[in-house]
Amino acid sequence: MTAGLNNYLVLSAVLFSIGLYGALSRKNAVVVLMCVEIMLNAANLSLVAFSRFVTPVALSGQTVAIFSITAAAAEVAVGLAVVIALYRQRGTVDVNDINLLKW
Amino acid sequence: MHIMSIPSALIWAVWLLPLGAFALISPLIRPFPGKAEPASFISIGAVGISFALSLWILASVLQAPDRQIILHGADWLSISGGPVFNFGLLIDPLSAVMLSVVTSVSLMVQVYSRAYMHSDPSYLRYFALISLFTAAMLGLIVSSNLLSTFAFWELVGLSSYLLIGFWFHRPSAVAAAKKAFLVTRIGDVGFLAALLVLYTKTGTLDITGLNSPGVLSAISGGVLTWAALGLFLGAMGKSGQFPLHVWLPDAMEGPTPVSALIHAATMVAAGVFLVARMYPLFQAAPHVLTVVAIVGAFSAVFAATMGLVMKDIKRVLAYSTISQLGLMMLGIATGGVWVGIFYLFNHAFFKSLLFLGAGSVNHATGTFDLREMGGLRKKIPWTFAFFVLAAVSLSGIWPLAGFFSKEGVLAAALDKQPVLFGFALLTTFLTAFYIFRVVFLVFFGDYRGSHGPHESSRIMLVPMGLLAVPAVASGWLNANGGFEHFLGDGATHGFWSGFIGALAHPLALFSLLAALLGVFSAYTLYIKRWISPDKVKWFLRSPYAIFTRKYGMDELYENIIARNALYRGVFQAADWTDRVVIGGASAGIASLTTGAGRVLRRFQTGQIQLYAVAAVLGMTAIVLIALVRG
Repeated sequence: MTAGLNNYLVLSAVLFSIGLYGALSRKNAVVVLMCVEIMLNAANLSLVAFSRFVTPVALSGQTVAIFSITAAAAEVAVGLAVVIALYRQRGTVDVNDINLLKW
Repeated sequence: MHIMSIPSALIWAVWLLPLGAFALISPLIRPFPGKAEPASFISIGAVGISFALSLWILASVLQAPDRQIILHGADWLSISGGPVFNFGLLIDPLSAVMLSVVTSVSLMVQVYSRAYMHSDPSYLRYFALISLFTAAMLGLIVSSNLLSTFAFWELVGLSSYLLIGFWFHRPSAVAAAKKAFLVTRIGDVGFLAALLVLYTKTGTLDITGLNSPGVLSAISGGVLTWAALGLFLGAMGKSGQFPLHVWLPDAMEGPTPVSALIHAATMVAAGVFLVARMYPLFQAAPHVLTVVAIVGAFSAVFAATMGLVMKDIKRVLAYSTISQLGLMMLGIATGGVWVGIFYLFNHAFFKSLLFLGAGSVNHATGTFDLREMGGLRKKIPWTFAFFVLAAVSLSGIWPLAGFFSKEGVLAAALDKQPVLFGFALLTTFLTAFYIFRVVFLVFFGDYRGSHGPHESSRIMLVPMGLLAVPAVASGWLNANGGFEHFLGDGATHGFWSGFIGALAHPLALFSLLAALLGVFSAYTLYIKRWISPDKVKWFLRSPYAIFTRKYGMDELYENIIARNALYRGVFQAADWTDRVVIGGASAGIASLTTGAGRVLRRFQTGQIQLYAVAAVLGMTAIVLIALVRG
């Protein structure tokens, strides 16, 4: 049995949901960042799957996925730097305690 | 004798010259300190030429057809598709006579002021303002449209405000100026209302137009009555008639020559002039004419009683002015224009002379307080002579000017309003008494002051001497009925028959008797002291207290009306409305907004994951809606 477009899309949706759940519920900022990465990769997976099954000749989906991975790498670098700075400043990476932007 | 008719440009010049003097002095001369003299020369020169032109106008009017010269001038104010107000000049016997009175008195007062104001640091401002004052009054007189009359009317009010408050470093002068401005403004509201009513009903404010029988008959009775009442209210304010008289005695805070001008020719004369100017309108509203007569007669007696007890020479003269203006109003209301204006004409000369005399006395003694004078007859003989002449004229004793005009008023009052005639006769007695009380207290007895009195300079005495001539003789102009003929339609007769014949009239005996009785009473009390004035004061202590407290009118206005009714009542109510209703509404809206904000800001928890949940839910909702609606 060969995997079809639907299988890939379901996998992508599952990954996205796991990532979303983690991003919304985990308290550790590092884990939240990791979950965001999972969501990004879910999106990348669906991009590649669509490209593979809808327009097999052109590699446009793959190209976008490469760009996305690059952007994600940069984002993680900045995000982790922010987390480290936060830890140095406040001694915690619990997102519940990072709540300065309120009334 | 035929005199060349005056060119219209020169008629304009009559009032534009003093205005030009004002314009020249205030911005141009001022930058050069120490050069004060030119200001007075410019001002005096301007009014001097105006005086000459006024005489020419007077002569020209006599020869003009219908004794009227109307210059149309220019459209002053036009509203497209709406009314057009013409600014023109109306010269008739009334305005011609008024022009000569105002310019001559103003000329004399200004010459006198050169000496009186000599050491004043605000010499320039003085002459600038007095020119403005004269120009405003002259403009008021010649204006042919009630709207421009009103503008000049306000200008007269403004310049009198500035002159009464001339010494603005004195709080009392500032208060007096403010009082004069505010009290006359109450009257002005009536004037303005009358203008609005007249304009709405007739569509014109042209004086000759309004006074024409056709227009007058077109206005219905009630409207006409209200309009005339409004005009009279304005006249009451300006002419200091009861109950708007309170500003006039306080106006004494200005320099004495200004008082002479205010009390004789400008300002207070404006009210009488307005009634005379609109006399046909008043005639068409006979009830208002009765009101004018009653207010005038009452003011005459009312003010005269207060004049009896004042201790300040200028205040006695101020109450005298109110009283005399009352008689003018009575004269106009009962006898027509010529009676009132003839009185105004004579009064202008002797009253300005009395004020200039008071100024001269002040120059000699350094005070206006009657208690610190006395025995000045020998020290300042010229001032004494002029003052007494004016006092006799004011008392209405034959053959001086005051007698003839007073006869006119008395005769007219007896004819139309016999009750008010009694008031006028009483006023004659009171007038003679209070003015001779002043004469005896100032010039007779022993000197009670400390300042070494000396006679004033010639610059002050010459104008007084020149004013003394008309103060004695101006009444003779009507001995042959000439003045009456000029302003009204009476016939002329022989000079001597009128001059002597006036005495033979039984009425004249009555009024002379009243006047002489007044003089004699003053003589008894203040020269012979057969009865001590203090005893009389004690015996009549309750009326004395009422008179010295000015019938409590000042207290009534200040405490009851201003402080309680207006300040505690109306203004507090307005303040309450402002604070509670209007302020409350805006504060309510504000607190509603802050309240909403206080509730809504609770959603800003600072929990980034909560925001993300909201974003996800929102996104999901959008997708769901898009799916459902296809």
